[in-house]
Amino acid sequence: RAPGSGAMGGSASLIPRETLGEYQELTFLSKQEILLAYKRFSELLPKEERENACSARVPKSHILTLPELRANPFQHRICRVFSTSETGDDSMSFEDFLDMLSVFSDSATFDIKSHYAFRIFDFDEDGILDRKDLEQLVNCLTGQGEESWLSSAEMEQLIENILEESDIDKDGTINLSEFQHVVSRSPDFARCSGLQG
Amino acid sequence: DGSDVDNEEGSAAENEENVKGTGKGTKRATPRTRRGHARGRDRHGDEEDEDDEDGTRRAGHRRHRSRRRGRGAGKEASDSDMEPSKSRKNQANQKSKEDDEEEEDEKGGKNGKGKNEKKADKKPDKKGKKEKANKKKKDKKKSGSGSDSDSEEEPITEEELAKLKEEVEEKKKLIATLRNKPWKMKKKLSVLKEAQLFVDKFEGALGKGKGKKFYAYKVMMMKKWMKFQRDFENFKTACIPWEMKIKEIESHFGSSVASYFIFLRWMYGINMILFGLTFGLVMVPEALMGKPYGSLPRKTVPRAEEATAMNFATLWDFSGFAQYSVLFYGYYNNQRTIGWLKFRMPLSYFLVGVGTIGYSFMIVIRTMAKNANDDGGGDDTSFNFSWKMFTSWDYLIGNPETADNKFASITTSFKEAIVEEQESRKEENIHLTRFLRVLANFLALCTLAGSGYLIFFVVRRSQKFALEGLENYGWWERNEVNMVMSLLGMFCPTLFDVISSLENYHPRIALRWQLGRIFALFLGNLYTFIIALMDEINLKARYLFPFTMFDIYLGNLEEEKIVKYNMTIWEASLYNGTIPENSTAPPIQVDPADVPRGPCWETMVGQEFVRLTVSDTMTTYITILIGDFLRAVFVRFFNYCWCWDLEYGFPSYSEFDISGNVLGLIFNQGMIWMGSFYAPCLPAINVFRLHTSMYLQCWAVMCCNVPQERVFKASRSNNFYMAMLLFILFLSTLPAVYTIVSIPPSFDCGPFSGKTRMFEVISETLEHDFPSWFGKVFGYASNPGLILPFILLMVLSIYYLNATSKSYKEANLELKKKLQSVRTEN
Repeated sequence: RAPGSGAMGGSASLIPRETLGEYQELTFLSKQEILLAYKRFSELLPKEERENACSARVPKSHILTLPELRANPFQHRICRVFSTSETGDDSMSFEDFLDMLSVFSDSATFDIKSHYAFRIFDFDEDGILDRKDLEQLVNCLTGQGEESWLSSAEMEQLIENILEESDIDKDGTINLSEFQHVVSRSPDFARCSGLQG
Repeated sequence: DGSDVDNEEGSAAENEENVKGTGKGTKRATPRTRRGHARGRDRHGDEEDEDDEDGTRRAGHRRHRSRRRGRGAGKEASDSDMEPSKSRKNQANQKSKEDDEEEEDEKGGKNGKGKNEKKADKKPDKKGKKEKANKKKKDKKKSGSGSDSDSEEEPITEEELAKLKEEVEEKKKLIATLRNKPWKMKKKLSVLKEAQLFVDKFEGALGKGKGKKFYAYKVMMMKKWMKFQRDFENFKTACIPWEMKIKEIESHFGSSVASYFIFLRWMYGINMILFGLTFGLVMVPEALMGKPYGSLPRKTVPRAEEATAMNFATLWDFSGFAQYSVLFYGYYNNQRTIGWLKFRMPLSYFLVGVGTIGYSFMIVIRTMAKNANDDGGGDDTSFNFSWKMFTSWDYLIGNPETADNKFASITTSFKEAIVEEQESRKEENIHLTRFLRVLANFLALCTLAGSGYLIFFVVRRSQKFALEGLENYGWWERNEVNMVMSLLGMFCPTLFDVISSLENYHPRIALRWQLGRIFALFLGNLYTFIIALMDEINLKARYLFPFTMFDIYLGNLEEEKIVKYNMTIWEASLYNGTIPENSTAPPIQVDPADVPRGPCWETMVGQEFVRLTVSDTMTTYITILIGDFLRAVFVRFFNYCWCWDLEYGFPSYSEFDISGNVLGLIFNQGMIWMGSFYAPCLPAINVFRLHTSMYLQCWAVMCCNVPQERVFKASRSNNFYMAMLLFILFLSTLPAVYTIVSIPPSFDCGPFSGKTRMFEVISETLEHDFPSWFGKVFGYASNPGLILPFILLMVLSIYYLNATSKSYKEANLELKKKLQSVRTEN
């Protein structure tokens, strides 16, 4: 894990002060956190590109080696949602990385967290959570192996229950406002949707 | 003419920028120049509204101008304007133009964008050049309008000023909320830069004319203030201690184990404040300004104990020099004011004692209220499945092993929830579960009763031993009571654990039952002990604090009478038999160490508490080292040469015992609260203890423990811990309050010696230090006739608030039903 501020002295000079101020303004991260993020991001790059970390892109396979994402069942979706890559290869630039850390930080508001959570859970990216999205969500949560997945009868029952609880207008899908309504009542959401460092 | 105008159109756009600044003013100045620059004027034909003075000569131009204006929906029209009176129209034009652009650009994604955002929402990578040109023109237009107003001496009208201010405010708000918008960083950056530029330009422009300097100064101070606030926030975040450690533990063990450490850190914060109060307002003033050691009998080690006063063993036991120091109640003198500052020591001691209790209550209740808010209230149970689905993943887990555990537990919980949902429609199994749970509770009650009886029996036996003389019996008989209670405390919780497996609850609920039962065990043991001792008072039970206090106090009452009698005899002996009638006889100088002392029960009580805390700490550390560390070492290294797999079977690595540790922390804090009135050093000792605990336990958890099999969330447990803490706080403050109100303080030691009751220090202060009317007011205010109605009022307001919150919940449900019915109608 990256050590504390002692090692950050060098990287502070690589982000111009004005840009640092802008990043502070635009994210929920503090100055130390942004500098630490810069350090970790540049460690993911090969040595030659480290000088230019601000404009380089890190391929998805490297991002997935981060400890926060390594064990996360939604790792692919997270990379997809936060990546601004035009070629669709889910590579992330430093600014995408900052965006991701900002949303997952402790000080981010409920609105932005729930907005991004919704987008992460929306596997087919159609703006609503329908049955297929919910099924994929359950399969992600129950582990990687096929043997730990729920049987189809159980899956059916589970999705029925979920829709019964959350779908207020009974259209068979969960949209953003219904999602936010359900999750705002949960005491665990704010606690669990944060990443370390 | 017309053709001329038309031809000029093409060059007009390019030349505009060159010509802008130089101003129409010069053109307007003289008719000759106006005529002379007719062509030039035509270039700016759009802008000239005030051409009334030109009269008909320009009629033709006007026609062309309007033609141009029609065509000028493009670039030139709005950008070519320089007059301030046109600025509003131009902005309208600009807006409509940009809206058109935006409609093309929109890829139909985000909802809820206001007009402002649309206006500001440009995509630089798509329209970079054009935007730059636009921006430049806008800037020049603004600067142009500025210079125009100067040269023209036309003031910006009030409306425009107000509108500009409004827009600047909107931009500022946009900047402040930018981080909350779910946009990509690039977009946010461009919006931010544009908004900042706008704000900078216009803030400068708005400051023109009256009070410009003041306005600019105000703006600069605001910026500095924002920067200061941001830096302060950064600093505060960096100051939170142990954040990294706790996050690391969270990633390995999940949030339930981490909740213990967060609780520990919170306790540390409270104890720091208590330490600050007692150290700064009680110990330091006495040490600096009070009479030094050796000047008074109460401040000196008695002659008899002097020989051993410096031994390590004595100091470890908090006797000797430690006892006769600012660490304990007995050292303090009852002088009303001390030192050149006239510091009122007894008053300060009293107020700090009461203040620590009040502060603790306030902070515990405040934290409970905050947790209750976070809980969200409302219909708690209706979103079970959705919550399991959307919020069960703990994003703080970074360790694959924990993640696997988490996957397994989520799968299990899904299956369980489905099964329970189905089961709830069936009838049979409920009876079996209920029967099992009733059986489990019955067994737990049996255990509690059994332990109570055992204690009763053992205490009676030890009284019998004491009567016969303790020297005849071995170590076990002498320490029987202590040992039995410690053993009960160690084994009964394990027994409860086994019993709870019958009940088959969710682990969070099982934890609560466990905590409740252990709590009942400790309280039950305490009461049984007191009841068994009602007849005899002489037993020294080391860890049953409230009773120890009464025991010591009652014993001292007897002693006091004896000592007082002895002291008069001793004084008489000093004067060789003659007791002086008047007090003007010169007092004979006696070394304070030789004066006979009265008993000081407060100091003894304080000492008991301190010894208790220290031994409790030692026990905890040794348990960790032996129970966790040695066990882990044994399992790791002996696994190679053992018959069965030590790591998976018995004993394997230990799991972190959340309930035991939390209870230990809570009881420890109870002891501190009870004892800090009698021993001001207790909060300091506790701060040190918590500090080392944090490091030791963090290390032990990471090194010797494994994650639990069923990883569960701890958030809702927080209020449960707080409720227990509140209960203990209430219980702990009862003895202190009782002694302050009803029991006379020792006559020979402490800041309240000589008074009949400790709280008299307040009335004394009111008499001496406040004007007389204050005392009268206070007397009226403390009249029961006033206090009782006040209490009644508070009870009524609690009832009212409760009723209001119920009605809100019902209104909520009604609205939800309405939503559903509206949808089904459609």
